[in-house]
Amino acid sequence: MLSPRNLESLEALKSRYQSPQSVILAALWMWQDEHGWISEEGMKYVANLLGVPYHHVYGVVTFYTMFNTRPVGKHKIEVCTNVSCMLRNCDRIINHLQDRLNVKLGETSADMRFTLVEAECLGSCGTAPMMQIGDEYYENLDETRVDKILAELK
Amino acid sequence: MLLPNISELHTIAVYESHGGYEMLRKALSMKPEEIIDEVKKSNLRGRGGACFPAGLKWSFMPKKTDKPKYLCVNGDESEPGTFKDRQIFEFNPHLLIEGTIIACYAMGCTMAYLYIRGEYNKWIKMVQRAVDDAYARRYIGENILGSGFSTNLYLHRGAGAYICGEESALMNSLEGERGYPRVKPPFPAQFGLWGCPTTINNVETLANVPIILRLGWETYSKIGAPKHPGPILVGVSGHVNKPGVFEMPTGVLLTDIIEKYAGGVIGNKRIKAVIPGGSSTMILRGEDLAGVTMDADGLKAAGSAVGTAGLVVMDEDTDLIKVITRITKFYYHESCGQCTPCREGTGWMFKLLKRFENYEASEGDIDLLLDVANNIEGNTICALGDAAAWPVQSMIKRFGDEFEKRVMKAAESVRAETAAV
Repeated sequence: MLSPRNLESLEALKSRYQSPQSVILAALWMWQDEHGWISEEGMKYVANLLGVPYHHVYGVVTFYTMFNTRPVGKHKIEVCTNVSCMLRNCDRIINHLQDRLNVKLGETSADMRFTLVEAECLGSCGTAPMMQIGDEYYENLDETRVDKILAELK
Repeated sequence: MLLPNISELHTIAVYESHGGYEMLRKALSMKPEEIIDEVKKSNLRGRGGACFPAGLKWSFMPKKTDKPKYLCVNGDESEPGTFKDRQIFEFNPHLLIEGTIIACYAMGCTMAYLYIRGEYNKWIKMVQRAVDDAYARRYIGENILGSGFSTNLYLHRGAGAYICGEESALMNSLEGERGYPRVKPPFPAQFGLWGCPTTINNVETLANVPIILRLGWETYSKIGAPKHPGPILVGVSGHVNKPGVFEMPTGVLLTDIIEKYAGGVIGNKRIKAVIPGGSSTMILRGEDLAGVTMDADGLKAAGSAVGTAGLVVMDEDTDLIKVITRITKFYYHESCGQCTPCREGTGWMFKLLKRFENYEASEGDIDLLLDVANNIEGNTICALGDAAAWPVQSMIKRFGDEFEKRVMKAAESVRAETAAV
């Protein structure tokens, strides 16, 4: 289910496009914001809501990397490892995070607080190395700054 | 001009107090074809990577049609080494909005969609605030400034796919499909969004439009390199003292960009290599940089391309095999999977490069790698295949010794092992 407020905004969004199918990403974002990840139930719900086949929603969800197709930790930490960040030692940041969180790249901590993943270029090359947590960008990272950021996460 | 140093310029009040939206007013008093002509004569070329003449692209839109016409603003910015459009979103969003509305008026588009990559949600919210303010002042919406012209501007959030920066994939994504590029022709101006005439422009390209109207095409066309004029946002990253996005005229020497804008190489080391325009552009040797300028012709002559002007600097200690392996992994991950040469080829290139990275490659692997790259280039629906092949081809061509060293070391360790047995 989506909240009544989200359903209302989705309805308003539909009028912006020739086809209601265009709001599929918006609907999936809403589902992910409310539930943390997009389950089969979520995909079926969105399919039903927009009047498109389930397989179509499945195809879309699995095409875009930002949709979580399984549960993730409360804080999904995404570290950019592409060329500019690599040149500025993102490996050190990843190693440090793996040690501090006691998880490996791609894993979620047992208490479901953290998921650590590597990301493709996040458009922050001038402030490398960097990571994204939620909507926030954390740039010009070193080990001390990473510790401070982790301590401030609720 | 694109990113002037004015505090709070992102707010509509400050933007207006510096002459903001006056060019929209001026544009609405002109005939649409006069604006297209002005942009054509200015020689503005697209800033999204392909350098296509913007005015010419606009003129492809049919004048008479019973279908709605659309403008898509490409803010998907995902090319590794590129981080310039984000600066416009954050520091000068109204310049982009003004340019977008002028473009809509010039082409007769009644709707513009600004597609921004999903990871930039923080900036999407910033731009949305600017768009809301522009609606409130009647710069967007019904009967703009009493001119009788109406258009809308909506933001559309992506969800993580580099390929959606390819114009036809972007349209498919907007239609709620997987982001698959379309076969061209038909071109978007004839058959775009929902089969209607559509133009797709990069964020920075549209931000140049109010500047052209303010200066006039003649003055604008004299900024920087004659065949690729105007201000350009250059992102410098990698081994430099002051990385960042710098605004400059086109045609500045790469060596000056590195030394004067980006503070030189860290520790005064020698430059081993640069990627001049984002990860898709061909890599250049550090000793070949003398005289090379940041514009379409300058970089073409040097055997590369201006791309998105994302300059990645690598010092003498850089492991270039590691660099090209990482770049290739990116294209392998981002290939949409429609075309066999790209879907399979990027994976094969990645596997082969891993052999080099791990000192497991043999003599024939260099030719094999080049063969795979050559069989991707030109054999795919969209340019992602080329974008994956060019860095590999240029790395082999210009840094063949790096590959050979890896092969020799691999052979040495095999010999040592055999001797031990």
